[in-house]
Amino acid sequence: MTPDELRKIANRIRRRDLQAVYEAGAGHIGGEMSVTDLLTALYFEIMSVDPDAPLDPKRDRLVLSKGHTALALYVTLSEKGFIPKDEVSTFLKHNSRLNGHPNRVKVPGVETNTGPLGHGLPIGVGMAKAAKLNGDAWRTFVITGDGEMQEGSNWEAIMAAAQFKLDNLTLIIDHNRLQQGARLADTNNLAPLAPKLEAFGWAVEEIDGHDMEQICRALSPETVTTGKPKCIVAHTNKGQGISFMSDNVAWHHKVPNDEQYKQAMAELEEAE
Amino acid sequence: MMSTPFKDAKLHDCRVSFVETLEVLAEANTDIVAVCNDSVGSSKLGDFKERFPERLINVGIAEQNMVGVGAGLANGGKIPFVCAAAPFLTGRALEQIKADVAYSETNVKLVGISSGLAYGDLGPTHHSIEDFAWIRALPNVAVVAPADRIETAAVIKWAAAYEGGCFLRLSRVGVPDLLPEDHVFELGKANQLRDGSDLTIIANGVLTHRAVEASALLEDRGISARVLNMASVRPIDEAAILSAARETGAILTCEEHTTFGGLGSAVAEVVVESHPVPMKRLGVPGVFAHTGSANALLDDFGMASDAIADSAAELVKRKA
Ligand SMILES: Cc1ncc(C[n+]2csc(CCOP(=O)(O)OP(=O)(O)O)c2C)c(N)n1
Ligand SMILES: [Mg+2]
Repeated sequence: MTPDELRKIANRIRRRDLQAVYEAGAGHIGGEMSVTDLLTALYFEIMSVDPDAPLDPKRDRLVLSKGHTALALYVTLSEKGFIPKDEVSTFLKHNSRLNGHPNRVKVPGVETNTGPLGHGLPIGVGMAKAAKLNGDAWRTFVITGDGEMQEGSNWEAIMAAAQFKLDNLTLIIDHNRLQQGARLADTNNLAPLAPKLEAFGWAVEEIDGHDMEQICRALSPETVTTGKPKCIVAHTNKGQGISFMSDNVAWHHKVPNDEQYKQAMAELEEAE
Repeated sequence: MMSTPFKDAKLHDCRVSFVETLEVLAEANTDIVAVCNDSVGSSKLGDFKERFPERLINVGIAEQNMVGVGAGLANGGKIPFVCAAAPFLTGRALEQIKADVAYSETNVKLVGISSGLAYGDLGPTHHSIEDFAWIRALPNVAVVAPADRIETAAVIKWAAAYEGGCFLRLSRVGVPDLLPEDHVFELGKANQLRDGSDLTIIANGVLTHRAVEASALLEDRGISARVLNMASVRPIDEAAILSAARETGAILTCEEHTTFGGLGSAVAEVVVESHPVPMKRLGVPGVFAHTGSANALLDDFGMASDAIADSAAELVKRKA
């Protein structure tokens, strides 16, 4: 797909996500807006996945380790055809399979049940190691939040991935500089992330996480360094695309009121 | 008619009384510190942070580190209240709780926020319905689940004065007042909220008021149900359980926890060894919950007040 087509899909996902948060009265809209372009590029350009065979052993794997932004994944999966589009309106409803964090047992296309931060990367290491053992070519992608990188389990996995030379593993850090209650800089600052990953033996690339060309290039197989796992530090904005949410810590899981909803939707439509 | 004693009662979020009490205690005792994991908002520690900025220790999203830091602070003479969403505090840092708090006998107060099913539709990763079982399996850590705003304040006061580790299981789900304003918490002591002779309902946390409501419904049906609020799960009030078994001949437990290893199991351990009587344990029946709000899930798992009353009536029929 062309970057323009991808941008259109990402815009549609943002609008559907916003509507679902507004209607459900809950969600993690800031982190959903920041991760949407990454999900769009993965599902509509990079990954080989088939909605008709969601468990195909040769599929590429994506683990959304920042599971609180499940809604962005649900909308993406619905756009891709893994779940019906109108099912998104059941988000968080009584007995819906779309709860606040993704469930692989119930939702096709979800690889593992995330929600507690710091689980996705170790699982990604296991997936990538399995592909190596099998001699398979499929790739593993893990998306973490930047606050999430404060969990020690990530750094255990980072060491293991380098030791195992997992060049079929890509970690994408959604680096929006904000966590739940404050900026990373005011909590436990990990920036700059790139030299830390490099020191652990990873190949690292920094990109604008909202620029489709840059995202696609960084994710393409040609940019893999043989023998090294890859980390993409994606510089993003929490609340990207909606002016009053952008880079504002208040919007980690706030819900827009009627007026804010209208304005947010108008801004996204304008950008379409 | 007494059937719905809390129909118009005001509901309180016990986190508010937790932080209000903690701030009063921290004002008087400069050794009190709060430790958290990017959870200033969800633990309602914003005011505490403003009043005692250097005594609010936010380690970031790193629960194992958080509990270890708490143990170190205790070693240095501080009284740490380690506050985090209950599933991550207990599940993620369980070995730190075992080795650094229980085994090392450190004076760490573990405050599990939004425990049980409080996170409702966020799903099973965010439910904390295994924590009684996990923590009560450990020596040296008191396990306490207060039932209302008043008991929460009493428990926090007790914890600050108590020399030793404890796990305080708080919720965010609104509950009515149950205990008298001057209530003093005593570790290992149940409170009898209603007397009765046909059976005893034992509950704690957000289930206690539902148990009281069930007892009122049972009264309308001619069944006399004693209600015990069992905030202290470890140590547990064996004397109150044995009196209940002897005097009422049947025991129903209700908990916002899996039926594997929680309050019901703790009560059953006492009952089977000393005075076996028919029992029924209500709780989450060993499954990961479907999507729903906390209160909807409790209802779905047979713990609406009238469903508790139905279970009680069934249980009474089983008495010899
Ligand atoms: C183990 C664990 N601790 C705490 C939380 C609560 N929590 C949910 S989201 C969040 C902040 C995440 O920040 P970040 O990783 O930067 O994500 P983003 O900014 O993309 O939303 C926290 C602390 C959790 N889900 N899991
Ligand atoms: Mg972030």
